[in-house]
Amino acid sequence: MQRSSLNLNVLWPWALILVLLILFPFLLPRFYTYILAVIFVTALLAMSLNIVVGHGGLFQFHHGVFYGVGAYAFALLLMKTGLPMWLCFIVSPFIAAAVGFVIGWFCVRLTSLYFAMLQISLGSLIWAIAFRWYDLTHGDDGLHGVPIPDWISSTTGSYYFILLFVVLCLIGMYIIHRSPFGTTMQAIRDNPARCSAVGINVKRHQLTAIVIATFFAGVAGVLFVVLEHSVFPDLLFWVLSLEIFIMCLLGGWFTFAGPILGAAITVALRTFVGIYTEYWTLILGVLLILLIFFLPEGVMGFIGDKLVSRKR
Amino acid sequence: MLYVERVFKSFDGFMAVNGAELRVEKGQLVAVIGPNGAGKTTLFNLITGQLKPDRGRVVFNDEDMSQLPTHEICRRGIARSFQIANIFHRLTVFRNVQVSVLSRQRKSRNLFRSAHLMAVEESDRILGSVGLRDKADRIAGSLSHGDQRILEIAIALGNEPRMLVLDEPTAGMSPDETAATMSLIKRLAETQGLTILFCEHDMDVVFNTAQSIMVMHYGKTIIQAKPEEVRGNKDVQEAYLGGEGEDA
Repeated sequence: MQRSSLNLNVLWPWALILVLLILFPFLLPRFYTYILAVIFVTALLAMSLNIVVGHGGLFQFHHGVFYGVGAYAFALLLMKTGLPMWLCFIVSPFIAAAVGFVIGWFCVRLTSLYFAMLQISLGSLIWAIAFRWYDLTHGDDGLHGVPIPDWISSTTGSYYFILLFVVLCLIGMYIIHRSPFGTTMQAIRDNPARCSAVGINVKRHQLTAIVIATFFAGVAGVLFVVLEHSVFPDLLFWVLSLEIFIMCLLGGWFTFAGPILGAAITVALRTFVGIYTEYWTLILGVLLILLIFFLPEGVMGFIGDKLVSRKR
Repeated sequence: MLYVERVFKSFDGFMAVNGAELRVEKGQLVAVIGPNGAGKTTLFNLITGQLKPDRGRVVFNDEDMSQLPTHEICRRGIARSFQIANIFHRLTVFRNVQVSVLSRQRKSRNLFRSAHLMAVEESDRILGSVGLRDKADRIAGSLSHGDQRILEIAIALGNEPRMLVLDEPTAGMSPDETAATMSLIKRLAETQGLTILFCEHDMDVVFNTAQSIMVMHYGKTIIQAKPEEVRGNKDVQEAYLGGEGEDA
């Protein structure tokens, strides 16, 4: 029986990857360092979505909103108030989580498709505010030149800053994933009715999961601002939300680390295929079709299956 | 322990449960029988809160439970299994039971401890008591139908219930599996002093096992009595046993 806690065999590949990531800015041109940072932020965002989608079974179709709220909160706090940067950094994810709580509070009353529809409408409402409230958000133009402190405003500086917080968040997510709460959420994903019959308050669990997920999405939003020094309403648009959803499916939504892989694949496609054609989504679409037919559990799920069958 | 007082439930004008009554005393093994569509499953859903009665009361340990949400009823000590195997099919067998044990221990909302080290002994003991220990690391969805039904009972046991409600525990099982399941249920009732309420199609099974039998027909209670009395009752023979020509 394999019920032991963390063992070193699982840990050392991750440590190796981490060391490589720390060394990369010395080895790679600045452009690649930047792309890696984009992947980190996107991976954190996709991972946060997967807390509710893959491990919670909720169709959180408009997750981008909380990413955008975190980013806007951070940018606005920095630009309009004199608060120190670290305070803005801490507060912004909580603002995203608060919005997540309000939207989630309404949505958990519904199930599956209705949950998704209500979330898209409430989320679009927030997008409309960011898009229309010109005095505050500068609408379509977005906010530019957000004053990020010097020590993290360079590409390398922001790279390390982002890497640090993404790793911290991932560790936090992993702890939650393995906790009784995480286990219970997976049970709710499989069978909500059975869960309430064993005494679990399903809606309260789902709402908690949404708040946690939106908090981490808020962190991703803040890190986006650290990297780009700007925000625009596209961050809250439903197209982005769909893209994050695809990352989870692509990487493997029943695995823990799958969405990281999904995010890396998507960002790499957008960057490197995007150079040749603006129709890079076409390739993403074809990939998605192949995925549904051949790897229904996602890339990571497929690799996991292979590893398990080799052990047997 | 449990009194169901003249409960009614209709679906679009069809009276599925039409004033049914039921008494379960502590430590008893009680069976509900009745032809298909007699309202047995609906009655069970009313008891464990999946459905709310239109009228009537469900009283458990002197508390009216008819308006409580499902998870609250479970916390009062009633656990159940379902007619269709109702398990967490992507989780391992062990996890299936653990989720239920964690819920009873009120630890489901713990975010920061590792679940791998929690409720392990108890979950393991329950799996042992139903004979699924050697399959603990299998993914639940890959178990045979019979084993999934047993796992259902194990999940219910994880709640450490005072009363166990089993909706056709042997549905779809082979004769061998049925015999094994019924002896398991008997054993649970005897060794753990559990109060068990179940419904069943197989007449032999019911008359061999139950201490008290309630007969339902068209959503009504015809009689609730000891097996011998039920066997000799005219109304029962007419409504059920005679009508369908099943041996009793």
